Amino acid sequence: MSTNVSAGAGSSFGAGLPGAPVNLKGRSRPGESVIKAVLFVSAMLSVVITFGIIAALIQPVIEFFADIAPSEFFSFDESSPFSVGPLIAATMMSTAIALLVAVPLGLGAAMYLSEYASARARKVLKPTVELLAGVPSVVYGFFAVMFVTPTLLKGFLALEISFLNVLSAGLVLGVMIIPTIASLAEDALTAVPQALRQGSLAMGANRMQTTLRVVLPAALSGVAAAIVLGLSRAIGETMIVTIAAGSMKNLSWDPREGMQTMTGFMASTAGGENPVGSTSYNNLFAVGLTLFVITLVINIISIALVRRFRQAY
Amino acid sequence: MSIATVTAGDTVRLATGRSRDRNVGSIVFLCALWFSLFFGVMVLVVLIVDTAISGASRFDADLLTSYDSTLFPERTGFRAGILGSLWLMLFTALMAVPLGIAAAVYLEEFANSQRWYNRLIEVNLQNLAAVPAIVYGLLAVAVMATLGFQRKGIVLGGAIALALLILPVIIITTREAVRAVPREIRDGSLALGATTWQTTWRQTLPSAIPGIATGTILGLSRAIGEAAPLVMLGLAGSLRFDPEGLMSPITALPIQIYGLTSSSQEAYKEAASAAIIVLLVMILGLNALAIYIRNKFQRSW
Repeated sequence: MSTNVSAGAGSSFGAGLPGAPVNLKGRSRPGESVIKAVLFVSAMLSVVITFGIIAALIQPVIEFFADIAPSEFFSFDESSPFSVGPLIAATMMSTAIALLVAVPLGLGAAMYLSEYASARARKVLKPTVELLAGVPSVVYGFFAVMFVTPTLLKGFLALEISFLNVLSAGLVLGVMIIPTIASLAEDALTAVPQALRQGSLAMGANRMQTTLRVVLPAALSGVAAAIVLGLSRAIGETMIVTIAAGSMKNLSWDPREGMQTMTGFMASTAGGENPVGSTSYNNLFAVGLTLFVITLVINIISIALVRRFRQAY
Repeated sequence: MSIATVTAGDTVRLATGRSRDRNVGSIVFLCALWFSLFFGVMVLVVLIVDTAISGASRFDADLLTSYDSTLFPERTGFRAGILGSLWLMLFTALMAVPLGIAAAVYLEEFANSQRWYNRLIEVNLQNLAAVPAIVYGLLAVAVMATLGFQRKGIVLGGAIALALLILPVIIITTREAVRAVPREIRDGSLALGATTWQTTWRQTLPSAIPGIATGTILGLSRAIGEAAPLVMLGLAGSLRFDPEGLMSPITALPIQIYGLTSSSQEAYKEAASAAIIVLLVMILGLNALAIYIRNKFQRSW
């Protein structure tokens, strides 16, 4: 296909007119190629930003690894101020708790919206669920410390729990990513062709059987993409875990203890007194690069999944 | 229930399968779906009510008009943070909105999606939308260092960080709005001899304005609540003066709230609760505005 399109501003059609039979553009106007160039530069800016992120992170990281051996950085040694292992473990712990909350609830909301709700109900209910995503994470963090830990976990459930703990941070983090999972999963479920549902209903299945055994499996890659995106949100979320999960490196399996996550470490290091260029300052960028690479890999998986589910129908 | 029991009257409703929903399993399932739908709303209500009760004693004029006070914690206010958040929003919008719309217009109206560089932009945008906010903070730190600004926590740095953060949001929503404009409008304009740009500027963009406005407002409401990149940029938790220019130090409402979360004094916790309600009113107000614009001005062609 691309061989048909010759180079130069004047000859290719825009995306708005793919495969138009005649050239409707008329005479060429020199000002327009300038405008087009400006628009192109704006779009390219996103690529520049990505390379900017990488460039911004790389240089301090190189300086960091000149001082600290990679084996120390990637170790799980809690006592080392530069190790990233305990931070990754704590991030995984809070993310796992968040997903335990958000996956069933998000999928439940998505299934209701796509399979049960009338068009009018959906128009009201979907924005209501999405309101949850509008609440700032600082507010969720404050809520975790002021309500979830003291009132819900300590008072109501009578748990032996420390003031700052991964459990409450993870629970609140889960609430925050419910709309991400619900919204994307609903898109995937709605995209399942009506004929599949009709076929299932015609065989005598009820709505629950149709939803769980026909629609959900058919939308599986889209639903998986929704969960993966929720996972990446949970890993990168900062303020909730900084406020509620604690600021001590702690390698533990007990979610009732406080732990420091990758983002929590970055926020407290940046807020503290670390002179620019010092090893502890560069450590910030090393953790930031680790976080960026982890979320990048997860996003690529999610994009691949979305592409697969779009091509299915 | 077996198929044999389905009467002729039920077959009309076969399309929904509702008539066969009356066994225990599917009723439990439906209740579970209802629960998951309303769980989030329940949390939101508990959050707002609990915060409003603990901040109730602080809904006074001091909250909005005073600076923060170490001498009188019970009279501390968030003037610097509220003004700072508004300033940051203004400059964020000035940077991100024109760039975002231009990029979206290029990708929808001009780009040939077969080209490798256009595909690169596409994939990259999807990636950028999911980059953690805190990483944008690190990028903004580097941008500020490259531009040669040594001072921490100034208006320009915060606005750059937030603009980078919401740029992908604005591009993605603007693209959807532009894509929703029907082909016939473009074809009609082109058939009359207009060029692609004339068509875009005079027909497509005006038709897409409600969608673009909705996306922009949602992006800005995200920016106003974001604290992570601003923490990276070293915004001060407490300031006792108003922002004066691009180079002036600034704080923001979420940053001030963050600063108070670790405070042990009860008066500061009450103040933080009241400030959270102020922040939520601002954000939910923006969200409501976006939904209003979407419902009021959305056209179906």
